[in-house]
Amino acid sequence: MNSATLYAQLPNGLTVHLKEIHTAPLISHWIWYRVGSRDEQPGLTGLSHWVEHMQFKGTPLFPPTVLDKAISREGGTWNAFTYLDWTAYFETLPADKIDLALRLEADRMVNSEFKSEDVESERTVILSEREGSENEPLFRLGEAVQTAAFKVHPYRHEIVGEKQDLQSIRRDDLYGHYRRYYVPNNAVVTAAGDFDAQEMLARITELYGSIPANPLPEQSIPAEPPAAAETRLEVSGPGETAYIHIACKAPAASDRDFFSFTVLDSLLTGPAGLNMFGGGGVSNKTSRLYRALVERELAAGLSGGLQATLDPFLYDTTITVRNGQSPEQILSVYHDELHRLQDNPAPADEIQRAIKQARALFAYGSENITNQAFWLGYAEMFDRYAWFTGYIDHLASVTPQDVQRVAQTYLADSRLVTGVYVPDGSPEVE
Amino acid sequence: MSALPLASLRSLPGPENIQRVVLENGITLLTRSNFESPSVVLSGYLPAGSVYDPLEKLGLAHFTALALMRGTQRYNFQQMFDTLESSGASLGFGASVHNTSFGARALAEDLPMLTELLSEALRCPVFPPEQVERLRGQILTGLAIRNQDTIDRCEMAFEETIFPNHPYGLPSDGHPETIRNITRDDLAEFHQRTFGPRGCTIVIVGAVEPDQAVECVRQALGDWRNPAQPPASLLPPVQPLPGTIRREIALPGKVQTDLIMGCLGPKRSSPDYLAASLGNNILGQFGLMGRIGDVVREREGLAYYASAGLNAWIEAGSWDITAGVNPNNLQRTIDLVLQEVRRFITEPVTTEELRDSQSNYIGRLPLSLESNAGVAHALLNLERFQLGLEYYQRYPELVMAVTPEQILETARRYLTPDQFAVISAGPE
Repeated sequence: MNSATLYAQLPNGLTVHLKEIHTAPLISHWIWYRVGSRDEQPGLTGLSHWVEHMQFKGTPLFPPTVLDKAISREGGTWNAFTYLDWTAYFETLPADKIDLALRLEADRMVNSEFKSEDVESERTVILSEREGSENEPLFRLGEAVQTAAFKVHPYRHEIVGEKQDLQSIRRDDLYGHYRRYYVPNNAVVTAAGDFDAQEMLARITELYGSIPANPLPEQSIPAEPPAAAETRLEVSGPGETAYIHIACKAPAASDRDFFSFTVLDSLLTGPAGLNMFGGGGVSNKTSRLYRALVERELAAGLSGGLQATLDPFLYDTTITVRNGQSPEQILSVYHDELHRLQDNPAPADEIQRAIKQARALFAYGSENITNQAFWLGYAEMFDRYAWFTGYIDHLASVTPQDVQRVAQTYLADSRLVTGVYVPDGSPEVE
Repeated sequence: MSALPLASLRSLPGPENIQRVVLENGITLLTRSNFESPSVVLSGYLPAGSVYDPLEKLGLAHFTALALMRGTQRYNFQQMFDTLESSGASLGFGASVHNTSFGARALAEDLPMLTELLSEALRCPVFPPEQVERLRGQILTGLAIRNQDTIDRCEMAFEETIFPNHPYGLPSDGHPETIRNITRDDLAEFHQRTFGPRGCTIVIVGAVEPDQAVECVRQALGDWRNPAQPPASLLPPVQPLPGTIRREIALPGKVQTDLIMGCLGPKRSSPDYLAASLGNNILGQFGLMGRIGDVVREREGLAYYASAGLNAWIEAGSWDITAGVNPNNLQRTIDLVLQEVRRFITEPVTTEELRDSQSNYIGRLPLSLESNAGVAHALLNLERFQLGLEYYQRYPELVMAVTPEQILETARRYLTPDQFAVISAGPE
């Protein structure tokens, strides 16, 4: 994944990042906007995600059914994602058909219609998306933990938005958000695959060159005050199974501590990659928490997650309580394991192992070009592409003392937010 | 019309680039090299599925599959996973009605380690009692979660309804009471009786020469024998429902209702399969979930997801439409789906719709075969459904041969809305 890329910026501020890969006659093309739930105000949460939905409702040039049919007809795949810091759209197509995607994305940077009737039909679709998530205990618990973890930073809101906001947001709120943030100086176009990079750059310049830059809104993201004490909360709901979700503030991706934290996560809950496409994972049965909780028959399973974000977000550990076991006992063991990491440097061979695991996950992710085009833009959303190309080397430089220090700093008891899902045990009826 | 150029056709998996070997003990091995990434995928199956489960011990095959890596003659649980995880490799087992299946991946240099562990798990599990009890607790927790999942509950009730008194109508992972009935000795006996090389298929794709892959498997599994393996189990025939069956499952406290409605569909080896599959694509897949998505999501805004699916298995299949909706919109969604299904079995699809779906099927083939896992899945299907090594190279021609009339005729025979099971699960 380390071959050279072409990096350019057009006069209107559009960043272009391209990588030739000639192994299959395919191209994956992405456009990334630096806008996500981080850019939303209370009362208007969910705007970025809703705008993403509206981008599939068509432009005069590409009416809605024309868009998806044209791409599907070529055997392509396309989708979009809204995250805390960014919104991204991609199309992966046979190489000789990619111009369709290039034209489509350039067109909908400017010309999406946001018809009132489409806004209304999408309102219920998004409410349905949210309600589907609300059926899941882990979503409800995760939302409560996330809100409790941030007092003022917009990361406190779920990306999909608050229900009451989804009910009250108006067409002009959405269109205004679109016009403010969907501008070339706020976007990164990436492509990986079977093309000539200079020719691709020329075509992108031709399509986007005439779109004017626009000043971006002033950012006024409040700094999150440090937590003074551990926060505990409970969520109750249907079911027989209890869950625990523990979160602490994690370093921003651009912080060198992020790599030490990645190793810490691997030790504690097992290796996890950041690939969005392909790769699959490695199991976590030899991780410290699995041994301490699942092997001792307190938990049925667990996972950990560290996200690469612009501002410090959360490191999450989610534990499924084994039926009949007590969340309190699990939390006590969890804290013992944290103290073990805080009190003693981890053995060097355990760290070496985490690095080999990361290397394998990295190799799995290089099997498909969609994932490679993803990284060309994703890394730019929180740092630079060099973050990605240097990933393994950065991990390899992590020392046992680094891991101990981040455990002491970030996983101090006072920084934890602990949520427990308490099932009401209600049986179903038919 | 997109038709793949000849050079692209030859690059698809076919007799020139798949090595297929049958070992003396009956194991079939398919390999295909790909040196673009230094990794390798191994997957496969053997005929030890829940079809052999006694009813009161439903979930036995599944429990056995999960227990294979809990300790073998040479590795205890931690040693086994330490070997795998230290290398960034993975290996896992599961069971379905017909088969116990396995999937693994590793850096190519670790392929001999993978085949060695696969052999240990398949041939020499010892089912340590303590590990069996630990696993039982994990399975029971999983079943309690399944019991509260609206989609899982819908799917289970749907299969139970359209496949009554048939293994396809039973959940392979069992029920809490049947899992409690299973003893450690049941697992050992099930393993001893049903696991063996006959009917076992293994696929290896990635940065390894075919001969080297064959040698790895031969060394690890070439001397495996089990004369006790049972003959293939004969499944009872399936029958369409006599009329519509409506079931509502109430899960208090839930917010959204999930819906499945449908009936029997063709089995994978049926000559009807491809026409049904292309028809299904038009009905509820193409673009943003086909005609169903267009009506239920795009026009009416009733659901985040609403699509049609064709599930074609070895002996039978199902054809269903699924959606997740607000409980207030449930009946409206059911009515709209029925309306679309009736139109689908009354009028032929348009030539343009068919051309779009044919083009979609042919065009997406290279994309689905881009990763090692995608190729491995494709090769497994070749063997599981006896499609022939040249299937993917013939595929464009087979797809193009389907006509609107064939789709209509096929849809009329299978998609019978007056014999639908209509299942929903959600808040009271």
